[in-house]
Amino acid sequence: MQQIINFVLRNKTFLVFLLLFCLSIFFTIQSHSYHKSKFVNSANFITGTVYQTANGIGQYFNLRKENNALLEENRMLKSIVHNLDVDSMQTDFSDNQKFSAHYKFRTANVYKNSYSQSANYLTINKGKKDSIKIDHGVVTSQGIVGIIENTSQNFASVLSILNTRSRINAQLKKTNHIGSLVWLETDSPEFAQLIDISKFAPIAIGDTIITGGQSTIFPKGILIGTVDSYKIDSGGDTYVVNVKLFNDMTNIGHVYVIENLQAPEIKSLEKPKDD
Amino acid sequence: MTKATLNMAGRFFILVLVQVLIFNHINFLGYINPYIYVLFILLFPAKNNRTLFVFISFLLGFCVDVFSDSGGVHAAACVSLAYIRPVFLKFTFGTVYDYQSVKFHQTDFSSRFTYFSSLILIHHLILFSLEIFNISKILLILQKTLFSGIFTILLCLIITLLFSPKRR
Repeated sequence: MQQIINFVLRNKTFLVFLLLFCLSIFFTIQSHSYHKSKFVNSANFITGTVYQTANGIGQYFNLRKENNALLEENRMLKSIVHNLDVDSMQTDFSDNQKFSAHYKFRTANVYKNSYSQSANYLTINKGKKDSIKIDHGVVTSQGIVGIIENTSQNFASVLSILNTRSRINAQLKKTNHIGSLVWLETDSPEFAQLIDISKFAPIAIGDTIITGGQSTIFPKGILIGTVDSYKIDSGGDTYVVNVKLFNDMTNIGHVYVIENLQAPEIKSLEKPKDD
Repeated sequence: MTKATLNMAGRFFILVLVQVLIFNHINFLGYINPYIYVLFILLFPAKNNRTLFVFISFLLGFCVDVFSDSGGVHAAACVSLAYIRPVFLKFTFGTVYDYQSVKFHQTDFSSRFTYFSSLILIHHLILFSLEIFNISKILLILQKTLFSGIFTILLCLIITLLFSPKRR
């Protein structure tokens, strides 16, 4: 017994080192497994407040750009609204309460954005208090950004599409061939890759890629990017498409958080099949 | 004693804040970021309680991790760095270290450069291997280690020169 205690005392630095090292490896591995509520994330009170302060200062430098983006979006929405057929707006859906919106949009500000690591996250200034929950989608007016992964009272962290763990259902705009949007080349924030798309799909350079609507997270038809190049993957059955993103992921200020109000219903329907 | 402790605590918080608010967003050429918070470990007094030092380094890395959503990669790199630091102190400063009286601003430039660069490169290697976590991307790991390492070494040398007590 005495010898064991002596051994521990003699090697206490090494033991502390070993313990702490294992702890950090544990955190690392935990952060690599998909969708687990993590202990270490930037959506907590302290980091949120620090980023809030920094953002309060930095926000002013982007006002001009933000204004232009909003103006552009308003123009687009106005052109949709004014070109709508008046008759189609006044069909008799309005007395039916069930025919309410499927998707709820909320606005949020990005406090922190990273794009140079292999696992990138954003932190936004809305959290549980604003009914933001895990698995809500995050988009901007130009395109897709990511999925909510962790929430705290006032903040939420977003799994960016520039993350090797991100996997989003996507499809070609002109046909219904679906694939998964992933991020393989971890050194370019301008491109993402669309994999598992059938080799019978008629792909051409410049085609638009949109979200596929098969997941319960994003509505169908949210813009992602255009085809930059494509090749048959090593298996020979599917294409690997290099997608140039519409969004400039390095410069994101305001985002919209999308809640699918029907997600619980769809999930409960699909659940028995999985078991 | 208390003054030195306060000094250390201040350095800790300032380095973490500067790192997460400024240097994490430099992204030079797309992916090169300097990690200057290692200065805290590099410049920690040589005469210290080693167990405590390892623990403080863990806290330092952990703080940076929480801010940058990176799991535990910074913590792991910092802990290893703190643990192996005495070996490199002995290696670069030789006999001076044996009397435990290394004053970093009094050492000559070449030995300080060797000390900084060896430790920073080791730190970055551990950091990026854990961050990328994929042995088939070993080239990317080495590339990131080298470029970010050079950036960090340069900045650390400049910062130590700027903030060192005046020489006569």
